[in-house]
Amino acid sequence: MDFNDTIEEAKFREEVSNWLSANAEKKEHAKDIYRPSEMSSENESGESSALKDAKDWMAKKYGSGWACLHWPKDYGGRDATPMERVIWGQEESKFKVPGGFFEIGQGMAGPVLMSYATEEQKKRYLPPMAKGEEIWCQLFSEPGAGSDLAGIKTKAELDGDTWTINGQKVWTSGAHYSDYGIIVTRSDFSAPKHKGLTYFFLDMKSPGVEVRPIKQITGGANFNEVYFTDVKIPDSQRLGEVGDGWKVSLTTLMNERLAVGDASGVDFQEIFELAKEQDFNGDAAISNGSVREKLADWYCEQSGLKYTKMRNISALSQGSTPGPEASITKIVSANKLQEIANFGMDLMDNASIARDEDTAIFQGSLLGAPLIRIAGGTDEVLRNIIAEQVLGMPQDIRVDKNVPFNEIPTGSKN
Amino acid sequence: MNFNFSEDQLLMKEEVKKLLDKENSVKRNRNVLESDEKFDKELWGQLVQMGLTATTIPEEYGGIGMGFLELCVIAEELGRGIAPVPFSSSVYLATTAILNTSNEELKKDYLPKLASGDIIGTLAHSEKTTFPSESGISVSCKSGKISGKKIAVPDGDIANFAIVSAKTDNDKIGLFLVDLSSKEVEINSLETFDPSRSHADITFNNAEAKELSNDAWENIEKLLNQSAVLFAFEQVGGAEAAMNQAKEYAMGRYAFGRAIASFQAIKHKVADMYISLQLARSNCYYGAWALSNDAPELPTAAATARVSATKAFYECSKENIQTHGGMGATWEFDCHLFYRRARLLSSNIGSQGIWKDKLITSLEKSNSPS
Repeated sequence: MDFNDTIEEAKFREEVSNWLSANAEKKEHAKDIYRPSEMSSENESGESSALKDAKDWMAKKYGSGWACLHWPKDYGGRDATPMERVIWGQEESKFKVPGGFFEIGQGMAGPVLMSYATEEQKKRYLPPMAKGEEIWCQLFSEPGAGSDLAGIKTKAELDGDTWTINGQKVWTSGAHYSDYGIIVTRSDFSAPKHKGLTYFFLDMKSPGVEVRPIKQITGGANFNEVYFTDVKIPDSQRLGEVGDGWKVSLTTLMNERLAVGDASGVDFQEIFELAKEQDFNGDAAISNGSVREKLADWYCEQSGLKYTKMRNISALSQGSTPGPEASITKIVSANKLQEIANFGMDLMDNASIARDEDTAIFQGSLLGAPLIRIAGGTDEVLRNIIAEQVLGMPQDIRVDKNVPFNEIPTGSKN
Repeated sequence: MNFNFSEDQLLMKEEVKKLLDKENSVKRNRNVLESDEKFDKELWGQLVQMGLTATTIPEEYGGIGMGFLELCVIAEELGRGIAPVPFSSSVYLATTAILNTSNEELKKDYLPKLASGDIIGTLAHSEKTTFPSESGISVSCKSGKISGKKIAVPDGDIANFAIVSAKTDNDKIGLFLVDLSSKEVEINSLETFDPSRSHADITFNNAEAKELSNDAWENIEKLLNQSAVLFAFEQVGGAEAAMNQAKEYAMGRYAFGRAIASFQAIKHKVADMYISLQLARSNCYYGAWALSNDAPELPTAAATARVSATKAFYECSKENIQTHGGMGATWEFDCHLFYRRARLLSSNIGSQGIWKDKLITSLEKSNSPS
């Protein structure tokens, strides 16, 4: 039992590290994160300079063959092994580099195109996606279809070789800066729920696409509502067969669960430091038994997730398939984030209410945590997945199974 | 990178599992629980014959010279089978204590007999209802003779000798080996919460002691950390068995016209058991790495493994009963055997509060918790 690289892994790590050292600035400590070069105002311009920086970094990586490592070289990747991809991620995280923006395209849209697009389309769309030149979003959830994703109602009608799309999507991350999107629609309302879906990709600048930001409880606006009014999509941009959209969606969702990892925000280190500094009844909070007990629980969770990840990486390194253990990651980290944020504010007592340098990260995490517990599979959906797909327990009885979609009861708010 | 047990170690794990399955270790647990027997001598004999008591003992002392990693996989299987044997006392604790000492004479005298299973040892440490602190030990050792009382010593009425913590002439805490058959030792068997594992109060009246160390508080801490990893593996084995019982029962039990395993209330319960178990297992792996490398991270790794494994076994064993409904709370069903064992293992080397406190203390000392 060891944590050591094999000879090949060590060699690859050195190569990665050398390139990164020559092209990026090393972090001085773990929390030393990249900040956009010109953060002029809080939303629009702040985001656009962050976007520019991220695009520049991605293009630089692409230029030296370090983008989308595991993709085939023909599509802009490196044909790297899963372990090499892990090593890249470990090393890149030691540097102050911009992130975000590309995960949905490269992590979800890319694999779907790889499986379902024509060779010509792959050659056209995948390299710019890898380079970060074109950004993609995912148009799945709707006001009436969240956890029950197959309940979507956005309508697709075929006339000749052109589809017309009408409806509304919601929770679309990055729709406002995306060039393309993957979308699942309903092409047959009289077929059972899972049978009448059809999957496409489209140009987000198509006439009839309207993007409206959703302001979240954090005050930020990372998500959007997207409205479709008589939007035209050529049939050549259909992915999978007509009516097979659910199957195609599952490919995407599988990749989404892999892409949504640890929740970012306050973690053990922050609450541990706070408990050492903070006074509690005339003594350091950390000397209080109830505080120590909570700290111990969170440390065990953090450590448990860390070594669960190590077990998975080890499986990759040994050339075997990682087990299903990683399915616990988001549920544990999102809840831990919420509890730590809440307790941190508790420790700071009434002063926690004011927003300042010390409180901001705890406040932000407390407001952000509910969304993380919901996005990419709610706690409840994830528990179902663990029970059904990992432990082999039976699915719930579905009253809407095999019923034509237009006969399924809906609540008034849909 | 290979953060896993080797193929040989996993093979050994499988062999131990096969033996315990074949011998119906859970049924044997019940037999001991319901009878006046203190442990299952036949099963113990088979474990000895398989060489398991000799695992970590070097060949020069009659052992087979393997390491702690092998002991981890054995512990997990003993936990899965809730085996009614004094393995944790004799192997995790007494054997490791003697292996840790520099007293060559003791090693030569005791290790071969521990390896061959001719003798059984234990650790006698607790004295009051709180876990002993350095200043809380009142059993004393004066001029090589031990006096005082140790309470609820695991396997205290089975073991041939005990490793005893005691205050020395110069007010340090030392570790001593005492022959329990000596007439200066009084042993009182106890009725226990989990009668599949015997416990006894032991009173020493000027009993002759052999010295492992006369300044041993750090050694005691180390011994507890080493054994905490092994206890944690045993707890993980038990927790997984309890989770699987809950799942199997829910798949076969029908109510409201369907398997209760199809209800989210039950699925989410079992998913929570799985989460708790995976966190504990991953922490145990790290504990195993620290233990087998005698790494400076051992105090943190051991406490982390111990705390999360204690939590996992408690949660899995109690929610297993809940999943079974009324039948889970009957004497007839096996659920309570796991529930009892979970509690016993949580108490044996210091309770949850103690280990959580140790964990934070260790993080404060290391000053680099991540």
